[in-house]
Amino acid sequence: MPTTASAAHPLTDVTASDSSLRRFLHGLPGVDAVGLEARAASLGTRSIKTTAKAFAIDLAISMVDLTTLEGADTPGKVRALGAKAVRPDPTDRTAPATAAVCVYPDMVAVAKEAVAGSGVKVASVATAFPAGRAALDVKLADVRDAVAAGADEVDMVIDRGAFLAGKYLKVYDEIVAVREACGTAARLKVIFETGELSTYDNIRRASWLGMLAGADFIKTSTGKVAVNATPANTLLMLEAVRDYRAQTGVQVGVKPAGGIRTTKDAIKFLVLVNETVGEDWLDNHWFRFGASSLLNDLLMQRQKLATGRYSGPDYVTVD
Amino acid sequence: MAPASAFEYAPAPESRSVVDIAPSYGLFIDGEFVEAADGKVFKTVSPSTEEVLSEIAQAGSEDVDRAVKAARRAFEKWSALPGSERAKYLFRIARIIQERSRELAVLETLDNGKPIKETRDADLPLVAAHFFYYAGWADKLEHAGFGASPKPLGVAGQVIPWNFPLLMLAWKIAPALATGNTVVLKPAETTPLSALFFADVCRQAGLPRGVVNILPGYGDTGAALVAHPDVNKVAFTGSTAVGKEIARTVAGTRKKITLELGGKGANIVFDDAPIDQAVEGIVNGIFFNQGQVCCAGSRLLVQESIQDELLDSLKRRLSTLRLGDPLDKNTDIGAINSAEQLSRITSLVEKGAAEGAEPWSPECELPSSGYWFAPTLFTNVTQAHTIARDEIFGPVLSVLTFRTPDEAVAKANNTQYGLSAGIWTEKGSRILAVANKLRAGVVWSNTFNKFDPTSPFGGYKESGFGREGGRHGLEAYLDV
Amino acid sequence: MSDRLSVLKTYKLYVGGKFPRSESGRVYEVTDSKGKWLANAPQSSRKDARDAVVAARKAFGGWAGATAYNRGQVLYRVAEMLEGRRAQFVHEVADAEGLSKSKAAEQVAATIDRWVWYAGWTDKIAQVVGGGNPVAGPYFNLSSPEPTGVVAVLAPQESSFLGLVSVLAPVIATGNTAVVIASERSPLPALSLGEVLATSDVPGGVVNVLSGRTAEIATPLASHQDVNAIDLAGADEVLAKELEIAAADNLKRVLRPQPVDDWAATPGIDRLTAFLETKTVWHPTGSLGASGSAY
Repeated sequence: MPTTASAAHPLTDVTASDSSLRRFLHGLPGVDAVGLEARAASLGTRSIKTTAKAFAIDLAISMVDLTTLEGADTPGKVRALGAKAVRPDPTDRTAPATAAVCVYPDMVAVAKEAVAGSGVKVASVATAFPAGRAALDVKLADVRDAVAAGADEVDMVIDRGAFLAGKYLKVYDEIVAVREACGTAARLKVIFETGELSTYDNIRRASWLGMLAGADFIKTSTGKVAVNATPANTLLMLEAVRDYRAQTGVQVGVKPAGGIRTTKDAIKFLVLVNETVGEDWLDNHWFRFGASSLLNDLLMQRQKLATGRYSGPDYVTVD
Repeated sequence: MAPASAFEYAPAPESRSVVDIAPSYGLFIDGEFVEAADGKVFKTVSPSTEEVLSEIAQAGSEDVDRAVKAARRAFEKWSALPGSERAKYLFRIARIIQERSRELAVLETLDNGKPIKETRDADLPLVAAHFFYYAGWADKLEHAGFGASPKPLGVAGQVIPWNFPLLMLAWKIAPALATGNTVVLKPAETTPLSALFFADVCRQAGLPRGVVNILPGYGDTGAALVAHPDVNKVAFTGSTAVGKEIARTVAGTRKKITLELGGKGANIVFDDAPIDQAVEGIVNGIFFNQGQVCCAGSRLLVQESIQDELLDSLKRRLSTLRLGDPLDKNTDIGAINSAEQLSRITSLVEKGAAEGAEPWSPECELPSSGYWFAPTLFTNVTQAHTIARDEIFGPVLSVLTFRTPDEAVAKANNTQYGLSAGIWTEKGSRILAVANKLRAGVVWSNTFNKFDPTSPFGGYKESGFGREGGRHGLEAYLDV
Repeated sequence: MSDRLSVLKTYKLYVGGKFPRSESGRVYEVTDSKGKWLANAPQSSRKDARDAVVAARKAFGGWAGATAYNRGQVLYRVAEMLEGRRAQFVHEVADAEGLSKSKAAEQVAATIDRWVWYAGWTDKIAQVVGGGNPVAGPYFNLSSPEPTGVVAVLAPQESSFLGLVSVLAPVIATGNTAVVIASERSPLPALSLGEVLATSDVPGGVVNVLSGRTAEIATPLASHQDVNAIDLAGADEVLAKELEIAAADNLKRVLRPQPVDDWAATPGIDRLTAFLETKTVWHPTGSLGASGSAY
């Protein structure tokens, strides 16, 4: 069952009005950009070897939301992706399945069928992804379509325009409405498009806003803009979920997405998780990678660890 | 010491084989390794294992005299070289250090006990940068603001500590050579190796003999060097007590003197601080190099209104620190440099507890051999406590509170020291106002323990005088 | 010769903006170069030295915290006041140093010009010796000079006025406060200078003038834990060494006596920088946006 923010938590009052929400969000501790990036970089120097690396690779594979979000997506492409998600390495059955496949709403049914019975979830982007520029009822219709088609998870985008214009309550209300549309069937991931929010202070505020509105996951990016997941913005969001749980008792997941392509990168993100929020989040119920090419690199590294030989692209599947 | 987690980091040791330590080393005098005149030697051990690394010749007063004479002989030619030629020697040294930085980092970690992460990412890059920076000054001294043709002083007698052995060597030797002085340097008795390897760097760089002389030894060697009548310049980094002794020794002479001594830095955290970065800054301020840093932020002054929240965050963060094998790339906290230092830390911590302050350490298993001390913080500390006044020089943080900016400044300045301070607040005007009032040579605002060759470093009050680094650092070695 | 009997001046110390007698109640005889009695000067005790340090410490925050422009104006005002009292100082300097009236007049003129020179330095020295440092990282980094604190000044023994001002003015121009020990044999110009300072805009305690036996007053100052620096210009070799040793107890900044051939020669900035600390402040500069660090 998805864990959702209960209405009784101690922060209920802050969403009572636009001004109280603004006061709350602007009262959150500031973020020093240099210090944040330095901490992220410092954790990036951890040296993860041998058994730790093997553990991290399998964990990372299990956390991948294997994604295809192209205008050219076809049922064939999505079916191949589903097969890959269920059995990432056809030569090695010990390789774990990914967490989910992530597709557009119209591909949910196809994806659902492709992963049926495997435990792999189907996530669907919605709410006029990636721009989020549509009327609320259009966005909600998008969400309902996805859920009706069987989506286990909905990845919504927030209205960045409203956020940057300071209309926090509008953003909040929209997330709440989407949350409602998801019902109990789907977990909600809220995408901030951190690259467009521009400042770390904004990312922290957006994280709290999303969590207050009932997000099950907070997610960095769509993968469609210049700056997507970075160690620094992910670290900041991990700090936010850590602090939110400390205040409310509610645990929220984190999903960096876009730009994570190598095993080395993925392990660094896992180190961020391990040393910021700890093992409670070291599980694909609470941490995901939104990625596509990452999976093959993880698989090649996995083969290298198992055999001692460096692998090559011909030894993993291209889908 | 990090709590057991599903994600255990496997050991990731840096290879020891990149450094080849000889079973014994001599003194480096006039371009040659020689034995001490009286044949004395001492052993240097790895503080993380107590393994003997090498046997080192111990310089006596006769050796000091020999080295000073060699430096004096070398001075005439060295100071007469065009600055551009001296510059090129220093550039060579900088480059060779960069090339050999992995080897030197491992060596430093072995001899000092600090984590490889620090020697690799902080010490060695700063060492190379320091030589690179002062190399460029050698032929520009007439433009440095010290007169049209500033002159070197002669022979510089330099005594350095064990906490940043090679970096302190760089801070001393680079400006001395750039300005045309020659050097006799005494490294600390517990960390002589990197200075002796530096002698080899000088050899590779083709540095003329006698320009740099290295005399390992104990305090008496340093005292003899400082007192030598033919030394023109004394530079010392170390304890305030020894600094005072040196100031007395050179009284009434023409020797120019710079001292970089102890500290009891206040790290002031206001209620509007960027809290996660402040926590990192506090950790970096007191646990960098096991707190064996003169400019450590050893007093945390936290605004009372956020004390609980900050302490919770800090304790949580401390419990993720990884203590252990300094050569492991994931080690955050290494060994204490010596048994002597460990006993000093231990006794001050016992005193803190006896005086009523409350110690706290994360769960932490200490290795069975070597010199180790768990990261520790004390709450309920007041200005009157010994641990709030004396420099501990170890991984021990004293937490005090304040209510107003005025009170924070008053408490921060209430010490005989004046080396460093930190300020954490998002309010720009408060940073500037507080920085202005702090009596400290280096003020880090919304950061801590940052160093750069261009940035002057040194203390107010009993933290010493003179500045190292930057244009300011030239003055100590020029006849101005 | 007029047959009017002149009114003699009682010379007093200048401490904390007031003119006390020595706490000890002692005076000593001051004569001209030919041995003729000029006045009795207060013979300060160690307690007078202590009181002067207290006054100087009390004045330090305000004086160091004043704007450099303000300090410049105040010091320039001193020069204006001196100009108006030229005749008195010419007389005192001539008597003190055995100079002709014209030589003494030259000395006084040079002294006033020296005040003006240092008055102009107050708001310039920071630009000369401070500045931004181009550190290799995303940090703003600025070094600025700050006054050391309370400075004990042993005024030169021979040059009773020009020498005195040449060592005193640079100390206070940068925001330090001073406890000055006047020339032992020729203290009168220094004590009169106190009167000038009192009637200009220099806050009380910024300059404190003591007369008496240099060694007797200097010894407690050199070991005083609340004195931050000491200028040994007026000490002989033996005394200078003793004082330097005592000064090490709290690591005072020590300016050793240096031979001065001609106090009238244009000084460099050495005496300004001798009692300056350098404070370096760092702050992250950050980025305009959260573009983040890529691995």
